[in-house]
Amino acid sequence: MDIGGTLVKLVYFEPKDITAEEEQEEVESLKSIRRFLTSHTAYGKTGIRDVHLELLDLTLWGRKGSLHFIRFSTHELPAFLQMGRNKHFSSLHTALCATGGGAFKYEEDFRTMANLKLFKLDELECLIKGVLYIDSVVSSGLSECYYFEHPTDPELCEQKAYNLENPYPLLLVNIGSGVSILAVYSKDNYKRVTGTSLGGGTFLGLCCLLTGCSTFEEALAMATEGESTRVDKLVREIYGGDYERFGLPGWAVASSFGNMMCKEKRESVSKEDLARATLVTITNNIGSITRMCALNENIKRVVFVGNFLRVNTLSMKLLAYALDYWSKGQLKALFLRHEGYFGAVGALLELPNPS
Amino acid sequence: MALSGGTDRGSHRMDKSIILPPDEIFRNLENAKRFAIDIGGSLTKLAYYSTVQHKVAKVRSFDHSAKVSFQETDGDPLYEISVQEEITARLHFIKFENAYIETCLDFIKDHLVNTETKVIKATGGGAYKFKDLIEKKLKLKVDKEDEMTCLIKGCNFVLKNIPHEAFVYAKHADSEFRFQNTHPDIFPYLLINIGSGVSIVKVESEDKFERIGGSSIGGGTFWGLGALLTKTKRFDELLQLASKGQHTNVDMLVKDIYGGAYGSLGLTGDLIASSFGKSATTDKEFSKEDMAKSLLHMISNDIGQLACLYAKLHNLTRVYFGGFFIRGHPVTMHTITYSINFFTKGEVQALFLRHEGYLGAIGAFLKGAEEDNPNQYSWGENYAGSSGLMSVSPELNPVQRARSGTFDMLEMDRLERQLVNLPLLHDPTSYIPDTVDLTEDALARDYWLYCFEDALDGVVKRAVASQKDQPEAAERAEKFRQKYRHKLQTLRHQPFAYGSLTVRSLLDTREHCLNEFNFPDPYSKIKQKENDMALKYYLKVVKSVEELSWEQRQFALVKGLLAGNVFDWGAKAVSDVLETDPEFGFEQAKQQLQERPWLVDAYSQWIERMKGPPHKCALFFVDNSGIDIILGVFPFIRELLLRGTEVVLASNSGPALNDVTNSELQILTERIAAMDPVIQSAFKEDRLALVQNGSSSPCLDLSRLDKVLATVVRERGTDLVIIEGMGRAIHTNYYAMLSCESLKLAVIKNSWLAERLGGKIFSVVFKYEVPSKSQEQH
Repeated sequence: MDIGGTLVKLVYFEPKDITAEEEQEEVESLKSIRRFLTSHTAYGKTGIRDVHLELLDLTLWGRKGSLHFIRFSTHELPAFLQMGRNKHFSSLHTALCATGGGAFKYEEDFRTMANLKLFKLDELECLIKGVLYIDSVVSSGLSECYYFEHPTDPELCEQKAYNLENPYPLLLVNIGSGVSILAVYSKDNYKRVTGTSLGGGTFLGLCCLLTGCSTFEEALAMATEGESTRVDKLVREIYGGDYERFGLPGWAVASSFGNMMCKEKRESVSKEDLARATLVTITNNIGSITRMCALNENIKRVVFVGNFLRVNTLSMKLLAYALDYWSKGQLKALFLRHEGYFGAVGALLELPNPS
Repeated sequence: MALSGGTDRGSHRMDKSIILPPDEIFRNLENAKRFAIDIGGSLTKLAYYSTVQHKVAKVRSFDHSAKVSFQETDGDPLYEISVQEEITARLHFIKFENAYIETCLDFIKDHLVNTETKVIKATGGGAYKFKDLIEKKLKLKVDKEDEMTCLIKGCNFVLKNIPHEAFVYAKHADSEFRFQNTHPDIFPYLLINIGSGVSIVKVESEDKFERIGGSSIGGGTFWGLGALLTKTKRFDELLQLASKGQHTNVDMLVKDIYGGAYGSLGLTGDLIASSFGKSATTDKEFSKEDMAKSLLHMISNDIGQLACLYAKLHNLTRVYFGGFFIRGHPVTMHTITYSINFFTKGEVQALFLRHEGYLGAIGAFLKGAEEDNPNQYSWGENYAGSSGLMSVSPELNPVQRARSGTFDMLEMDRLERQLVNLPLLHDPTSYIPDTVDLTEDALARDYWLYCFEDALDGVVKRAVASQKDQPEAAERAEKFRQKYRHKLQTLRHQPFAYGSLTVRSLLDTREHCLNEFNFPDPYSKIKQKENDMALKYYLKVVKSVEELSWEQRQFALVKGLLAGNVFDWGAKAVSDVLETDPEFGFEQAKQQLQERPWLVDAYSQWIERMKGPPHKCALFFVDNSGIDIILGVFPFIRELLLRGTEVVLASNSGPALNDVTNSELQILTERIAAMDPVIQSAFKEDRLALVQNGSSSPCLDLSRLDKVLATVVRERGTDLVIIEGMGRAIHTNYYAMLSCESLKLAVIKNSWLAERLGGKIFSVVFKYEVPSKSQEQH
């Protein structure tokens, strides 16, 4: 599992090649856990199993089975631990590999509340391992990695598969509550270039304050309906058109939320407009910092991951557009279907050799 | 002449009633030409060029063409002093709230005499909005100039012409502002302009700059988003809220996710992991203050990060910040500074500008004044006519701040001479003229402010006495007193108002204020009298020295130099003695001097050096007129000339206290040459040269010297620099490192300073320095 600031990501490998003997030997608690996890798609108030991401017929450590992807709110972690206690997780002779900040913050709670010992793993290492693993096992069906062709033309823009076989060097941008930007040169040669605190948490946090919504899905739905240009001040609103002296197109945002300096305009915008402006502001900013990092590190390929991009085609297209436009086609934005789960997958891969 | 706006001209919504005192704001409008205006979101900046009539004291030698011996002229003054009108060029910049714009335009219209002016250069977002109003009121054609071009032009101008323009901000240090020295070469640099959005501009030369990037998250985002979140309308009030808030209630920190630090990455627990990360909930209320603070951090960090990424990509280390988001606000200067430190690990410092708010107006003005070639001259900030950096104390509420800053002014005088570095400075980039920074040294600051206040009566008295024939002199002197006292009071509370506060800046401010009220040279008559008297003893002194053995002579010459330096009206202890005891003579002065070993005593090394080969050329920065220059300096340089050393005497271009000016020195040298064949031949053969230093200050800034002086120094292969007097060798240049031999000598005529240096009043400083080998190679 990967315990982040907002979400806990849980990856569960379910062996499907269980023999009758094994089934006999299997303790009752494990059976009940498996049944519980695989028979539901929703758990408690916020738990969701992303069925569409499930990987079938996977061979892991010599066993055939399925990989399940489950997420729930970090706020619900106590409830999860309570469930673990009730279902006797601790009786299983298996380790729990955990990464993300929560692996450190909640280690003590795991031990005292659920009698579970955590194997703590570094989140960036897990992230990279997870990305490389998933990309390598997903070969049939939908490609794991994709990009947007013609990102600057809304008519022609479409999602296309991308072969990530030879990925290095790579800029890996993980957009969770905050953002981490990694430069990856090989499987075990990578560095964290920088990060920004303006991430998914900022989008949701500001949307909650501005619109009274409470979930990412709500915020995103509102953003889809809204119009950010009523909130933002565009170049053309200041210069009457393009600012030619500096090559700034009139449609570019000159000041995010800039129109909100004016009382009349504050009164005329909708919640949807505000949600859209928040999304555009955060996304463009990530695009801008990413582009500068790519230039400084001299890397042309950028992979965006993290749960901010979940069901968020708006942001993905915006990132694809921004990178292509401002780099004059030099930079390519890539995305991965399992967006936010790579840290958890990386942690799972450490299961046979906990140190 | 007072004018109240908005009463009789209908009710323009923006107009506010205000009385404009004509002597203080929009000064010299009668001669004004070349207007420029920069209208921003809330403030208007107006710029114009005017000529100022100044009284200047001129000296003129009487006609001595008839061959008369020195004795025969006995009783007559040596030269005549006349006060003449001189016209100097001055730039005026005034900043006021947009609300006063109509009142101000009316005022200008009423006072403008010059009708040659046909256009007004305009820039800033509001220029378009107010175009019709300006054209209607002033009957001038509004000519729009590109905002960014103006900004950069203005920035180049202040960086070049105003020492201590740029500063580093440190919230928790003893002095909030650490002023930077003017670098001889200001390029290349990065200007981050934070207006409603952010522009990042790389400036490579006077005419070459490029907008290399920007961001839409800027001041407008803080204001707009802040207004939505807190229902607070004004930008200033939002900053006030932010300064009281706790961002940790709203932001998700690394420790909120990790429980502590993320050690393996070196991310501390207090680092913000996700801005507004804690507000993603509907069951909690957040305070306005906390949200404003969080927003401020988010925006400042984001701008700081982008600035660093651009600085790194373009390999630039000088990064200046400006725009309304910054404009003197301690809160934003602090967060930006913090962010830059964090992202560059201290490699890049965030720099701010004292006159940041004026850059656009200055630039627009320069665009319109290109035919006057303002960039060909050196300019100096006039301390008398400039408001200085206003208090940015966070305790000051926005209302107070707005009131105190209703009208802010900057005046710059065109200097007669172009100023450059002394070529002999060891390292021009690290040279700091002033010995003590009074912004940092509170004890010294208190003393000197007291000292200058205490001496004010005497200065006023002398100013009146110098213009006995003018009945209104007393009234003017009183105005001077009020102005200077007010400056001292301002400096007591805002020592950073004009850059680092130093004894030099206090002295210069006094000179500027005296000039302002037409007391160009209060000491002219005293100097004349003293010069007259001293000349009578010249031959006697030279003769008495000549009779001595070589060794004795060298000591007598140095002692004479030091004794001469006791005569200084600039030092209160001495002016008191001189006033009560006019017979205080040269010989008595010698007795007052400290016996060897002196407080700083490198005399033995100097004498050893004098036994060696002569110097090629000595540059002597002289100090006072009268006994100092005539009986101290001349016999001394006479010896140097006899040894085969060329001598260049550098004196002030304009008057300051009783310091000898270049024009006075010209006459004195001719008189001495007439008596003394050694001086005569040296003067005739140009082995003795007189140059002006380009300044009118009792102190000396070796980074702002007359260009001609620099050329002379270079051409003559100068290998010895002598700096004389408290103002030039103690208050300034005491620690100055030169690339050749130097002699700094002075008599400490202030007991407080003497004590501070570990001595008593009339202690002697005789500092002889030879550059180390590594320094020479530099």
